[in-house]
Amino acid sequence: MPPRTLLLSKELPTLQYNSTRDRFDETWQAPLSTLLGLGRAAGADFIEFFLERTNYISCLAEDDGISSIAPRLSTGAGVRVFRGKSDCYVSTNDLSFSGLKAALEKGLSILGLHLPAPSAFVPEINLELLRDYATKKGKEAWLSGCSSMREMGDILLAANAQLQTKATHVQSRRAAYFRDWQEVLVAASDGTFARDIRLTQSVGYSLLCADGANRSSISQRVGDTSNPDFLRGWDYAATAADVAESAGKMLYADYVESGTYPIIMANKFGGVIFHEACGHLLETTQIERKTTPFIDKKGEKIAHESLTAWDEGLSTDEFGTIDMDDEGMPAQRTLLIENGILKNFLSDRTGSIRTGHPRTGSGRRQSYTHAAASRMRNTYIAPGEHSVEDLFASIDKGIYCKKMGGGSVGPTGQFNFAVDEAYLIENGKVTKPLKGATLIGEAKEIMNKISMCSQDLGLAAGFCGSVSGSIYVTVGQPHIKVDSITVGGR
Amino acid sequence: MPNIQELATYAQASATKLGIQKFDIYGSSVDETSAQVDQGEPKQVKASNRSSVTVRVWNEEHRVGITSTTDVDPAGVELALKTAYEASFFGAKEHVPDFSPEATAPISATSHEKTPQAPVSTLIETLAKAEKELLEAHPAIAGVPYNGMAQRDFDRFYLNSEGAQRYEGGSYASVYLYSKTEEEGKKPRSAGAFRVGYGFPELDVQACIQEAAEKTISHLNYNKIQSGKYLVVFSPEAFLSLLGAFSNLYNAQSILDRQSLSTPESLGTQIASPLLSVCDDPHHPGNIGAEMFDGEGTPTRKTPLITEGVLSGFLHSAGTAKRMNAQPTGNANMGAKITVGPHYYHVAPGQAVDTTYSLDTAENVVLIDDLQALHAGVQSLQGSFSLPFDGWVVNKGDRVSVESATVAGDFLALLKAIVYVEPEAEVTPGGVCPRIWVDSLAITGE
Repeated sequence: MPPRTLLLSKELPTLQYNSTRDRFDETWQAPLSTLLGLGRAAGADFIEFFLERTNYISCLAEDDGISSIAPRLSTGAGVRVFRGKSDCYVSTNDLSFSGLKAALEKGLSILGLHLPAPSAFVPEINLELLRDYATKKGKEAWLSGCSSMREMGDILLAANAQLQTKATHVQSRRAAYFRDWQEVLVAASDGTFARDIRLTQSVGYSLLCADGANRSSISQRVGDTSNPDFLRGWDYAATAADVAESAGKMLYADYVESGTYPIIMANKFGGVIFHEACGHLLETTQIERKTTPFIDKKGEKIAHESLTAWDEGLSTDEFGTIDMDDEGMPAQRTLLIENGILKNFLSDRTGSIRTGHPRTGSGRRQSYTHAAASRMRNTYIAPGEHSVEDLFASIDKGIYCKKMGGGSVGPTGQFNFAVDEAYLIENGKVTKPLKGATLIGEAKEIMNKISMCSQDLGLAAGFCGSVSGSIYVTVGQPHIKVDSITVGGR
Repeated sequence: MPNIQELATYAQASATKLGIQKFDIYGSSVDETSAQVDQGEPKQVKASNRSSVTVRVWNEEHRVGITSTTDVDPAGVELALKTAYEASFFGAKEHVPDFSPEATAPISATSHEKTPQAPVSTLIETLAKAEKELLEAHPAIAGVPYNGMAQRDFDRFYLNSEGAQRYEGGSYASVYLYSKTEEEGKKPRSAGAFRVGYGFPELDVQACIQEAAEKTISHLNYNKIQSGKYLVVFSPEAFLSLLGAFSNLYNAQSILDRQSLSTPESLGTQIASPLLSVCDDPHHPGNIGAEMFDGEGTPTRKTPLITEGVLSGFLHSAGTAKRMNAQPTGNANMGAKITVGPHYYHVAPGQAVDTTYSLDTAENVVLIDDLQALHAGVQSLQGSFSLPFDGWVVNKGDRVSVESATVAGDFLALLKAIVYVEPEAEVTPGGVCPRIWVDSLAITGE
């Protein structure tokens, strides 16, 4: 029975909505519209429903066998309720009308609100026509176009065999793949009604080599957001050669001598330095907590004039690319820093309500169990004018950070990250390999020390953990020079 | 979530319909509420009621497939069984896991009862009061940017097609407070504390406030440290985090996968100073949320890992135990691949010592309170680490906070360089451990 315009609260139990169980389509408009109206009638200022279905599978090849192939199916919803600047978030696995209503009722009660009396009218929320990125962009066929279980296994085994031929002193070889298919629907009391399908895939190697007491472990992965043929197109032979070469060089590397050095950070995953040292500090989540030194610096110089940086969700196929964020807002390209001047922050709905910065399509979350928060998408330093040779030529003694590991930033703006593959620079030339380096510094200081950017912008897939869980992001940069940074080692 | 009998009934019916003879299911459900505050006002309150099950299926070729799902109704479980069955034909051919031989063994330990959840308003009021007390503890404390109070009820079960059925439920509550300072002309400093209890009434919020305040204030007086080799004292939390980061040393699955610093032959060898002993002790009274059985239904138990410096035990699943001619230890997690993990460490002194050390008399030692960024700075397969930390330089009891420094080393070398294990242990959320003194570790400052 479709909802009537003047629905009485006491009639809610008699409603029989028949939303499609296996698809988020227009049939969800009526029940969600009613529930949003119910929340508004109870006194909430804003309500948002986020519905999600995922079909995930991972496959792991160890040495010459498949040791795991594991599908995971998930369905759930989250409802966010605002009253003034206070909010609450309730998640559930129950997507029936009564299940969603129970979640809404719990959210309302947490904020001290109650469902309207039986004789009260429940206003209908006029949702926009379903903004369906999935249908519009032909994403319905993505899942069926992906590799089958058999194909996943065959490709990973062939890849692992290739690695065996390229590497020496192999102790263990792993090739791992995952495919994360996600369908989401967002409906909110401001009329937002949008649907999308995301397809995120990643594949890569982990290689452990050992020769007596000497050990090296190198991991490398690539990711994609929209190509069902992604795994089929993985150039595992080239990747195997690259991984094997890195592991070979690092196997007998000396530990880095600790100290303060000028460094050159390679392009692609080197961009983790900007992600940790600055990107997180430009999220309104950090402004709300007052844990960013850039809180009142919009329009001011916060970095070296050579540095321009972007965060966007629009690059084709990149790991952090999204058509809409998890609050239903279309993604956009956001200029963060232009020639050293802070231009914009990254804001989700809550951040906008609490800090006043405009939303940027940056409300992201790992799953329905998390409320959206301001998060990065594809974040990178723009290319500069120098050649890579210029950067090296400017250093007498320093460190070349070729492959970065993970990193983090603390509440005072102090950041750190590990270097998986490093080399000593002497008189402008790369000399011997080094291992065990950790870079530490403070965001405010380091941003003014990125003094040279080369022309070779490259992007890399990564994972970012923060308040709304682990999400897929892209980091990137050209080769950059940092004038000095503390390098922890032995 | 249906109860275990209901689920067992319709899972069996679906399995029969699909022609599946052998399966097992591990499942859990969680009902939790959490709150954060900002300057006395609720910032975000979260509530969640969710369930999931993981289904394993053995096919006619005795290969295993696995699928997890959040749809725990009959249709959802049937789809999971069907998907797992399809996956089984691509599963491993060698070392295929079987039911745990102890899946029906009696369990002697008992779990805690569930504690009634406190109203959300009580959580918010308590947390707001804690925030206020912390802000008033020192003029330099300008905010408590990270804080939270949570309470959780959980249910877990295991069942299999040969009649095993296990269930347990319980509850716990937690609070964390992380404060930040601002002083004119000085860098911001921060520190935090965490407490966990069986329920809101048992939560020691006052101790959490006190610890967070004391630690934050202790970092106001800070200085750079000269790079060099130092006698280092690890706090219980710091040592436990390193022990966890290098758990592949005694993880049987990691060892069999050759993803470990140990080999099967390492058992019985001296890997640490004889002053050190370590065991996994899931039933220690300090272990809030202790589990009585693992993901395969095996009862959990105390397992010695390092005894007076000698590697004395591995953590096992049913599969690793069979391959290594040992007994399961109740440490298996059912997942994409059966993994093995510790429950709750108990670190204790090993052999008696002649020389004792004290922070009241020691000169120029580095006391490491909290290691950071372990996900980035630990090379667990190489044995090396290089980690930023919070801590102090201690001179005859006087403490000066260390600014921006890292500690680096090789974990196996660190274990052998332990010169003192203090007799008094501290109960923490991650385990029981005393302070550990290690000789000559590399510290990088300036």
